[in-house]
Amino acid sequence: MEFALSEDQRLLQDSVNRVLSEVATLDNVRLAVEDSEVANKIEAELVELGVLQLNASVEQGGLGLGLLEAALVQQSHGSFVASSRMLSTVMGIQLLKDSSSASLIPEIISGQVRIAVALSESTGSRRDAGIFNIFGELTGKSLFAFDVSGATHVLLVDKDKNVHLIDLSSSYVSIAELETIDRTRKFHEVSLSSCPENPVEAANLNAAIMSGRILIAADTLGACETMLGKAVEYSLERKQFNRIIASFQAVKHLCAEMVAKLEPARALVWHAAHAIDTNSEEAGLLVCLAKSHLSEVGTFIGRTAVEVHGGMGFTDLLGLHYWFKRIGVNRQLLGSPERIREEAAKIQNWID
Amino acid sequence: MDLSLKPEYLDFRTEVNERLESARSLAPSVTDRGLKHPKRLEWQKWLIENGLAARTIPKEYGGFGAKPDLLKSRIIAEAFATRNLPGPIANQGISMLVPTLLELGTEEQKQKYIKPTLHGEMVWCQGYSEPGSGSDLASLKTSATIDGDDYVINGQKIWTSTARQADMIFCLVRTEKEAPKHKGISYLLFSMDSPGIEVRPLVDMTGEANFNEVFFTDVRVPRSSVVCDPGEGWKVANATLSHERGMLGDPNAAKTRLLAIAEIMKEETVDGQRLIDHPVFRDRLVSLQARVYAMQANGMRITTSLLKKESPGVAGLIVKLEGCELNHELARLAIDAMGEIGILYGSGKYLKNFGEWQAKYMYDLGLIIGGGTAQIQKNIISERGLGMPREPKPAQGGK
Repeated sequence: MEFALSEDQRLLQDSVNRVLSEVATLDNVRLAVEDSEVANKIEAELVELGVLQLNASVEQGGLGLGLLEAALVQQSHGSFVASSRMLSTVMGIQLLKDSSSASLIPEIISGQVRIAVALSESTGSRRDAGIFNIFGELTGKSLFAFDVSGATHVLLVDKDKNVHLIDLSSSYVSIAELETIDRTRKFHEVSLSSCPENPVEAANLNAAIMSGRILIAADTLGACETMLGKAVEYSLERKQFNRIIASFQAVKHLCAEMVAKLEPARALVWHAAHAIDTNSEEAGLLVCLAKSHLSEVGTFIGRTAVEVHGGMGFTDLLGLHYWFKRIGVNRQLLGSPERIREEAAKIQNWID
Repeated sequence: MDLSLKPEYLDFRTEVNERLESARSLAPSVTDRGLKHPKRLEWQKWLIENGLAARTIPKEYGGFGAKPDLLKSRIIAEAFATRNLPGPIANQGISMLVPTLLELGTEEQKQKYIKPTLHGEMVWCQGYSEPGSGSDLASLKTSATIDGDDYVINGQKIWTSTARQADMIFCLVRTEKEAPKHKGISYLLFSMDSPGIEVRPLVDMTGEANFNEVFFTDVRVPRSSVVCDPGEGWKVANATLSHERGMLGDPNAAKTRLLAIAEIMKEETVDGQRLIDHPVFRDRLVSLQARVYAMQANGMRITTSLLKKESPGVAGLIVKLEGCELNHELARLAIDAMGEIGILYGSGKYLKNFGEWQAKYMYDLGLIIGGGTAQIQKNIISERGLGMPREPKPAQGGK
């Protein structure tokens, strides 16, 4: 039995962190919010590292790595509030791998086809969102689609839970950005009007949602690590009453509470990702627990780390809010914690 | 990452399970009360002989003498749980004194004490805390002064579990009044039958006397009863406290508790509706389940570190704090789910599970405080785990 990251897994994460520490500095994150050129440069560095190839099989031209490795890389994204197409690419690969459109995967990971995913309605539809399939024509809208910017195609789910592959340049499709609190990533509304259906046969929607959830949990884990690290670092510098505030028990205890939540949460993310990779019977439950739990831990660490910084934490000067907002958005994506816990209860047959 | 067991361990698991099953008739039942009930001692002896208790303690001191293997220990622990058989005797003598003696005791002390302790024939209590020395344990005042070949002990201990049943005590006393507070302490072993010892039960909020106060008035013990050297008691005590902290936050216990609560919520109803069908209670259950699973994964991570002889680091430091709090919250959910039924205690026809959830809820609050309070744990985590400084000592004049 071994429950630890391998040398290779640690090296993978270290190499991503090394690159991001150079290109995704806080200054660059600020610039990237305003200037897509900067955002594209950060993404290009990540793509160069192979984040898009990571989860595809070797036969399909990928690196053949699992969701644990993908989660580690996404965790680094969260640590640096960086973004790339990795989340939607991994979800797309999971969705397509055994489907009629599996042959698309080599093109996706090479960047010829850039995939967006519009699957949020499969985990709960807000307002009047939803795509209706009326005699082979798709009409309606999907909210909170991932990675639409720069994408050529979108994988979207209709009301009957069938998945379609739609060309974003098609005249039946219109997109609109949804402005969220998190400016480090973009989310869109994708609307279709009498768009001819293009169903993907044998798409694995469940695998796509599970992979998306574990990566979002990992993204929150990374954001939490950074926020805790910044809180401790700040407390060791900031002086009040002629003492660094890190020497006050009130401050120390907040930091202890954060790390006491963070470490078990990290192990839970590893366990859930590993469970998917090994087709464990418990994988579905573990992913639900990991996604909902990381949302709660993230919310706690997000607010507590700001509090340790005092008034400065609340300002834009330290940029702490980028992580706070990242965590806030992750909490709701692909199911809020309360809704996911309901799924966990169903998985265990605690309710019908 | 590989959570499977190698064939060697799978074979070991089969063997352990078969052996335990073959001995089911030897196992004591809940009605065989008393720490030294003959059936309990017989069962413990059989467990040791079969490598299922005191497994890694050398044969010469009455153990089984196997090489330490954390995985095998875990397999054994799980076998007791899954077969619903009583496990080995667990008390402070076995979990705290024996490892201390093995590390720091003289050959004579090892020969004299370890074997009867392991076999449940010699019961110990722990004399650490005092009324004025809780979290600041090193400020303890119980004194031991040299008089010829003896120490003469005066003072008082508190929170001494099993003091009434104990044959012996391992006790921290101040032997050098002038030394700095951490330096003047010695670790003594002596008989609870010594003249001058008075034990008073300390009734706690559960209604039971789980602890005692112990008073020493001119208690004479030979100078040879000191472990390690005089003045080294703080070092010796810290060796044992680390054993206790690991013991108090066992994630497998939390998982068992969680499943029991899920069962209660399927059985108990309000207005004819099962509690598990009530969305708020269900949400609380799954929230806690996630924390239980997180702690279990954290436990696997710690086990792996220990197997590799690496320090588990901060993942290990947080176990007592998080584990005890989690158990307490689980008990609270069980009570809330039962509602009015959950307040029944003592006896009566509507009583559920002998009122154990209220007892747990109260006793676990004691555990959050005992063995290093939650606040002391947070100091340890922030200082050793996060590199934050100690709170500066107040200026001398402020006393």
